[in-house]
Amino acid sequence: MLLGRSGSGKTTTLKLVNRLVTPSSGEIRVNGRRNDEVEVTMLRRGIGYVIQNAGLFPHFTVERNIGLVPKIEGWPTERIRTRTRELMQLVGLAPEMAARYPHQLSGGQQQRVGVARALAADPEILLMDEPFSALDPLTRDELQREFLLLQERLHKTIVFVTHDLREGLRLGSRIALMEAGKLATVLAPEEFVKSRDPWAAAYVKAFGDGLESATNRGLS
Amino acid sequence: MNLVRFLLDNRTDLLDSILQHLWLVGLSTAFAMLIGIPLGIVIAHRPRLNKPVLASANIIQTIPSLALFGFLLPVPWLGARSDRLAILALTLYALLPIIRNTYTGIDGVDPAVVEAGRGMGLTESQLLFQVELPLALSVILSGVRVAVVISVGVATIAAAIGAGGLGQFIFRGISMVDNRVILTGAIPAAILALLADVGVGWLERRLRWR
Repeated sequence: MLLGRSGSGKTTTLKLVNRLVTPSSGEIRVNGRRNDEVEVTMLRRGIGYVIQNAGLFPHFTVERNIGLVPKIEGWPTERIRTRTRELMQLVGLAPEMAARYPHQLSGGQQQRVGVARALAADPEILLMDEPFSALDPLTRDELQREFLLLQERLHKTIVFVTHDLREGLRLGSRIALMEAGKLATVLAPEEFVKSRDPWAAAYVKAFGDGLESATNRGLS
Repeated sequence: MNLVRFLLDNRTDLLDSILQHLWLVGLSTAFAMLIGIPLGIVIAHRPRLNKPVLASANIIQTIPSLALFGFLLPVPWLGARSDRLAILALTLYALLPIIRNTYTGIDGVDPAVVEAGRGMGLTESQLLFQVELPLALSVILSGVRVAVVISVGVATIAAAIGAGGLGQFIFRGISMVDNRVILTGAIPAAILALLADVGVGWLERRLRWR
């Protein structure tokens, strides 16, 4: 979990991994290998990428969106078809959605397609850049729950960008807090809430204040 | 009905002129697309080039067509056959709308979609052919439509340098002070322009992604 406020460098960090951003100095290692030693398109096809608002191809059906990477990887049509069906079931999309276009889907459904698309070629690593932040709270809750179930089955390495502490605590196994382009601290969720680190404490406090003032308003 | 009578009497002549006209417009539009679409793609990807390229195409557009035909007349290989010259001039005029719309179309593709594609491991050419061009297609075609309609009109002036086409009737009619002859050129030219507009417009809607 990369947690931090806007402009703190979460997304940049994420994009360094799949080389959408090139580091000005230093090196990035993916599975122990420098990521600039691997051919860039090959590197990216081995890393699933999910973004806010899904970024689906508006001129492709759901089925083609999900099957795009397998297709450019040269899979036989029948295998792409089976894989697409399998993934749609996995992320909870009804089979009749296959022929729809992204603009005919709700935000939650689009994001499910985004996740299925990222999983298509069965990458070991998944990069998710605020995938749920544009959704309404109820849909977000639903997708977060499914995300946990999915992760229980798939055991992927996931780098997840969020600015929402609640989401970080709920989904993450380790939370990396970023501030002004620097890594402030890395903590497990249960440590994070008790941490004395000033930035982590500030986050927890802001979160607690929100709840507290809501309760107080209910009392008065 | 004098005009109808005149049209019927000159029908072979008229048919020839229409075919010549279509040949001038068709070939020049094809050339303009061949040059303009790749140029538009290049300037959409290299923003530094977009001002100089669009400005040049703009300047060409401002040259009065009769003057441009005249300027090109002494050029060796071109001046030898007036239809070559007319096709070149028409190609130059058709460039601006095609370049500009290709640029606008590709520039207007949602950057998040392009980045998602890149992040998934599409190569630059896969991005271009599978994402950017299909999404920009209807905008590009509306540029082609504008270009064709302009060409049909400008091509009538090509008759002044002897390139044929429907302009022949118009110029002849003017010198004979005979409205029937002018209309024999002008009406089919207007109809051609309308048909082209409707035809490419239909294609544009067919190929729109939603």
